[in-house]
Order: sequence, then C-alpha cells, then structure tokens
Amino acid sequence: MNTTLSKVFSEFKGKPEDLIPILQKVQETEGFLSESLMADIAKFIKLPLSKVHGVATFYAQFRFTPKGKNHVMLCRGTACHVKGAPRVLEEIENQLNIKEGETSADLEYSIESVACIGACSLAPCAMVNDKVEADLTPQKVEKIFSKAKK
Amino acid sequence: MDISQIINNANAEWDDLIKSKIPTILVGNATCGRSAGSQEIIDTFKEETKKQGLECNVLETGCIGMCYLEPIVCIHKQGHPLTFYSNIGKQDAIDLVNSYLINDKNLDKKTIGVIDNGIKSDLPDLYNTPVMKPQVRLVLQNCGIIDPTNLNHYLANRGYTGVQKILDYSPEQIIEEVKESGLRGRGGAGFPTWRKWMFCKEAKADKKYLICNADEGDPGAFMNRSLLEGDPHSLLEGMIIAAYAIGADTGYIYCRAEYPLALVRLRLAIKQATEKNLLGDNILSSKFSFHIKIKEGAGAFVCGEETALIASIEGERGMPRTRPPFPAVSGLWKKPTIINNVDTLASIARIFQNDAKWFSQYGTEKSKGTKTFALVGKVKNTGLIEVPLGISLKEIIFDIGGGVPNGKKFKAVQTGGPSGGCVPEELLDIPVDYESLAQAGTIMGSGGLVVMDEDTCMVDIARYFLDFAQKESCGKCAPCRLGTKQMLDILEDITSGKGKIEDIDLLERLGNGIKKGSLCGLGQTAPNPVLTTIRYFRNEYEDHILHKKCTSLVCKDLIYYDIIPEKCTGCHICFKSCPVNAISGNSKDIHEIDQDLCIKCGMCLDKCPVKFNAIEVYPGSKIMEEQDNE
Repeated sequence: MNTTLSKVFSEFKGKPEDLIPILQKVQETEGFLSESLMADIAKFIKLPLSKVHGVATFYAQFRFTPKGKNHVMLCRGTACHVKGAPRVLEEIENQLNIKEGETSADLEYSIESVACIGACSLAPCAMVNDKVEADLTPQKVEKIFSKAKK
Repeated sequence: MDISQIINNANAEWDDLIKSKIPTILVGNATCGRSAGSQEIIDTFKEETKKQGLECNVLETGCIGMCYLEPIVCIHKQGHPLTFYSNIGKQDAIDLVNSYLINDKNLDKKTIGVIDNGIKSDLPDLYNTPVMKPQVRLVLQNCGIIDPTNLNHYLANRGYTGVQKILDYSPEQIIEEVKESGLRGRGGAGFPTWRKWMFCKEAKADKKYLICNADEGDPGAFMNRSLLEGDPHSLLEGMIIAAYAIGADTGYIYCRAEYPLALVRLRLAIKQATEKNLLGDNILSSKFSFHIKIKEGAGAFVCGEETALIASIEGERGMPRTRPPFPAVSGLWKKPTIINNVDTLASIARIFQNDAKWFSQYGTEKSKGTKTFALVGKVKNTGLIEVPLGISLKEIIFDIGGGVPNGKKFKAVQTGGPSGGCVPEELLDIPVDYESLAQAGTIMGSGGLVVMDEDTCMVDIARYFLDFAQKESCGKCAPCRLGTKQMLDILEDITSGKGKIEDIDLLERLGNGIKKGSLCGLGQTAPNPVLTTIRYFRNEYEDHILHKKCTSLVCKDLIYYDIIPEKCTGCHICFKSCPVNAISGNSKDIHEIDQDLCIKCGMCLDKCPVKFNAIEVYPGSKIMEEQDNE
C-alpha cells in the first residue's frame, strides 16, 4: 500500500459510512480509482470488493480511468442545453480529437459531461480544470483550445 | 463572552464599516462573479488604491442575483448612498477609484442603483429598478450585501437572533409558530414543514437526526449554491432551530461535491459558529447541544429523494426504499430523521428572526412566503430571484426577466426540472403556487425556471429530460428502469424521423403507467416533461412524425442546410470548412451542398461570412421536397 493511501486511511475509523468519503479522498489524491486501490479500500473498511465497486460505480463522481492534465467538464444542464450545449460539446470533441468520457492518449486532455454545474445564468458553460468558461459558442471553444490542436 | 456582547461587537464592526471614513468596496465573488472575472477586479482595486495611497477595505461578497451584470461591485463611501455598479472591467475599477473614491465623481453609466442609507441621491433606488421591484428578498436579504466569510456581518443583520429567541421556547411553541407561518417544504413537493417536524418530535427514540438536503441536482437550478456561497450562516441558524424543535443533536448537510466554493464557505461558517458557542455543546449556555457534519454528495440525482439520500450518508448506493416507514419515524440508522431543503431552513431562520405573521403576509392563502428561483435560459436578465408566492409567471419572465432576448418569440417555461413540465404562453397568467402549477401539469420544484423561445424544440426538450431521467434512474424498480428507457427510445425515434403517429398515445400510456408504478419521486415524476409537452405542444410532435420537420431547427435529421445561390459569391470558405466534403463548387462559382453527404454539423453556416449570409437552415428534407414537387 502506498503512503498517500495510508495517510488517507488514518483520517477515518473504517466504518461503513466512511466508504464514500474515502473513495472521494482517494480519488482526489490519486486522480482515479484503480482496481488495486479499490481492493485496498475494501480491505481497510472490511467490505467485499464487490460492494466497494458497487458503490463506486453508482455515483457519477467516481472515475476508473485517469483524467487528463486538462480536464474539461461540460455542463449539460437544461439552461445549457437550450442555449446550445450539444453543439459546444461537438466542437470540443472536434478540437481535442477525443469523445466525451475519453482521455487523450498523451493524458493531456479529457472530456466529461456533467448534469449541471449550477452556473446556469452563464449558459452554456464548461469547467476547464477549476475555471468556469461562460457563454460558450463553437467559435469560443475553438479559441480556448486552439493550442491543443498544434 | 455572552451573546449580547458578541452582537454588540458585531454591530460596532458593521457600523464602522458602513459609516467609517474609509470606503469599503464589496465585489461579488461567487461562482458567477468569478467566471465573469471578479478576482481580477478585486486585485485591481487593491493595487489601484495602494498606488493612489488610499486607505480602503476591499471585501468579497456573495451573489446579489443579477448574474447577467457580473462582475458587480458595491461601494460604501461616507456621505454617499450604498451604490451598486455592473459589468465592471479592469479599467472601470481604476476609474471608480480615481474618479469616485478620490474625486467624488460617480461612474453613472455603470451604476445599477443605490440602497437608501439615509442619504439623498438622484440615482435610482436599487429595490425600485424593474428587476428588483417585484421581488421580496427574505431568504436572499444578505446575499451580495454582506461578506459571507465574516460572522459579524451576519450577526449585525439580525443574524442568530432567531436562535436566541427559541432557546426560551418549548419545541411545541416553535412548531406552532412554523404552522402559523404557513411554510411548506421548498424542495418541491410542498409538504407543510410543521407537520413533518411534528411526526419526528413525537417519535420516541434515543437519538434523532436533522439532514439538510443541499444536493441541488435539478439541471437548471442554483438557488442553494448561491445561498450557501453568499450567506451560509442563514442555513446554520435554520438548522439549529429545526434541531431544537425536533430534538436532534446531530445534523448533516448533504452538499454536492460540484459546489467547491459552497463547501468552503460552509466549513468556515460551522467553525465560526462553533467558536462563538452558537453550535456545539450547550449552545449559548443552554441545555441544548447540536453538532453539524458535512457529507459531500458524489453525484446522483436520485439522492434528492429522502430515503436514497439517507442510504448515501450510510455509505450505500443511493437507492430509495418503500415508505412507510417515513424517515420522520425511521430514517438515518433507523432513527427518526427530518430532511429539509436549504431554502426551507433559511426561511425558518427568517421566520424566527422576525415572526410568523411577518412571513405569512407574503404569498397566497395556501402558499405562504417567498420562493427563490433560478431564472435562466432564453431570458434577458438571467439570475437568481426571490418573489412572493402567487406572483404570475408572466411577471417573473417579462418584468423581472425582461423577456426573451434577440427579438425572438417566447414559447414555454420549464419549471421543476426533470420532474416538472413546460408551461405554454397561454398559461403564463397562472399564479406561482403549489396548487396552480400542479393543475398545469408541472410542479413548483426546487426553483429552476428555464425559459424557452421559438428556437427550442419541445420534442427535443422532452427527449433531453427523459435521457436525464433514464441515466439517473437507480434501477431498483421496473417501471422507472424499463419505462423511461422505452419512452426515451420512442422519443429518439421521433426526433430522428422514424416516429409513428400512434407513438404519441403510446408515450401517454407509458408515462401514466410509470407515474403510477414507480417506487420513488424520480420515476413518479419523470414522465412529466413528456406529458406536458404532448398536452401543450402536440402539433410539434405531429410535425416531427407526419411531416418529418423540426420547425425549431434543432433535430438534425429533420432539417437541412442549403446555399442561397443569389447570395453565394463562391468565396470557397464553406468548401474548406466542410469536414465531409459535401460542398462542391470552384472558387468564384456558386457552391452547392450534397444533401446525401451532409452531416448537418453547421460548420458551413458558422464559417460563411456575415456579409454574405448565403447559408440557410430549413425544416424538413430537401430531397423529399424535390420529390414532392415532381
């Protein structure tokens, strides 16, 4: 077991209700939940691996593949949808050459769409790493990601 | 230090801030402000005042609700009214320091309005501007006006007086007061808050829990986010009062992990309140103890359902269970549990800072008080609003919202998120209250109001919501798991031109079956967007099915792009932009789109120079039209 993992575990008692917070913490430090990380969590919390897997796959927040250095979260909320999010997503996919849910082979970029980031008045919007990009259009997307293509 | 002393100190600090010789600049720095660049404005104010040698407080505040005007800045300057400015850029910030703060010359063109602090002014009164006038801000009274990270600002604005007051009350008295206020749950269904509390109070148990549902999952809604970012102590105060009434000593705030700033503000607020003994053991030296923990939601819409939320806190998959027993009797770890929405609990704080009568003067006979809404979509003034219940949808959209932008025609407003429905223009006069909205086939919901115009396809919207509901269905009960999938398949057929006319009736039959047969609120309401769009916009379904046309130009399979020969100059730009080589024509010749090859990506339309405007989108199919003509 690596040291960051034992550090995360030291913050918890290992009760069943700690499972989701532990998964969140581990994902935060490790980037994603690999099979072996989940096995370690299961051992620590004394639950079958199937249970840990079951809980992790239920929630949209958890990912099982690494995310890119630049992570794009496109909002697909209602306000974004009526203001053209589908075309924005197409353009992001087009610019980065990967599809939604994928990470580029060089681990530079990944795209994910989320139910709503709660910035509806800025629709359509996306979060690129931790920054909210507001009022997106295909043209604006092209500008933001023009570097990626080169 | 006892509470009156704490409050005196807070008042002194607040007075000092708004009356002092040193000006104070408040910059809206919630999520909306930040994405409009407020952080840069804060830095600019700090740099510029330092450069000019001007002593000045630069503070961050929450969102005042007018998100379309961000970054918003509010300035307290001695001898001047409290003045709000909109769309402040870097240069404007520099101008405000040099012309207004140093030379008394106001930046009128950027002024939204002023709040009266006893000083006369020719500038418009902020609360009398068209956007603000129909609003009544009870829950949002502090948002955008106080520094959410400073407990003293909250205390100086009647904060925690509710808690002080109720410590002398019996739980019954509190519940009686809530009953008198007429407050109903703001999470959507509108169950009377006092009755829910009564069930829990009367349940016998060694431990009870209070949970605040801040897992705002409706796409198109952000009321809770704004309140948590702009005034977190209001929620804590409401929770303390609720916990005292029902007899809980532990509370949880179940907040979305997608709201990082709200989580930071909440953690700080809990720490501050604990330090001042407003939370923790023996609150304000009484016998009452209450502790609050934060649980971060992991992204599951179904967790808005009470029993699913409880399962999630217990570390399980967020799947609902059958009720009864209701959580008020057997909830978290099988103990009596009350789950209230953020808006409900913040309203509780206001009711006890004032009184039940004061609260119930607003609203209608059956729906009392005010409600916060996120007014978004195709509307000019997007943002967060708070209105008395009973106001008409028309007033909200056209008076506060300023109507539909770009000269487009209003089509519908969607309330209640994926559980609600679309209300057409002819019903815009109905009052916003629980019963009237239910009659129109929709629900109040947690407060999302998404405005749609002529460019929004109602069949596509129905498909969008069903897609959402189907993905978020937890899979436990068959009507929801299989039914939403069936409905989605049919809607996808219709939007791709493969629909049959009997599909409309089938959708209605399926929808009504899913509503009756599903285990929890998600399934019971998931068909609403489809049923209301069929009820009010049947003609659009028929256009898609019978005429293979999407008149709103949204559904790709039912539209086509064409080049207008008279306008085309043969500039060749569209030719180069087409990813599938569907455009032919030599430079300087009129170009043409091969309809068989075209994937309708719209690149050519985006790229065709505005001065030519030679590409147009039409409903239907060019190939079919040509066949019809022959």
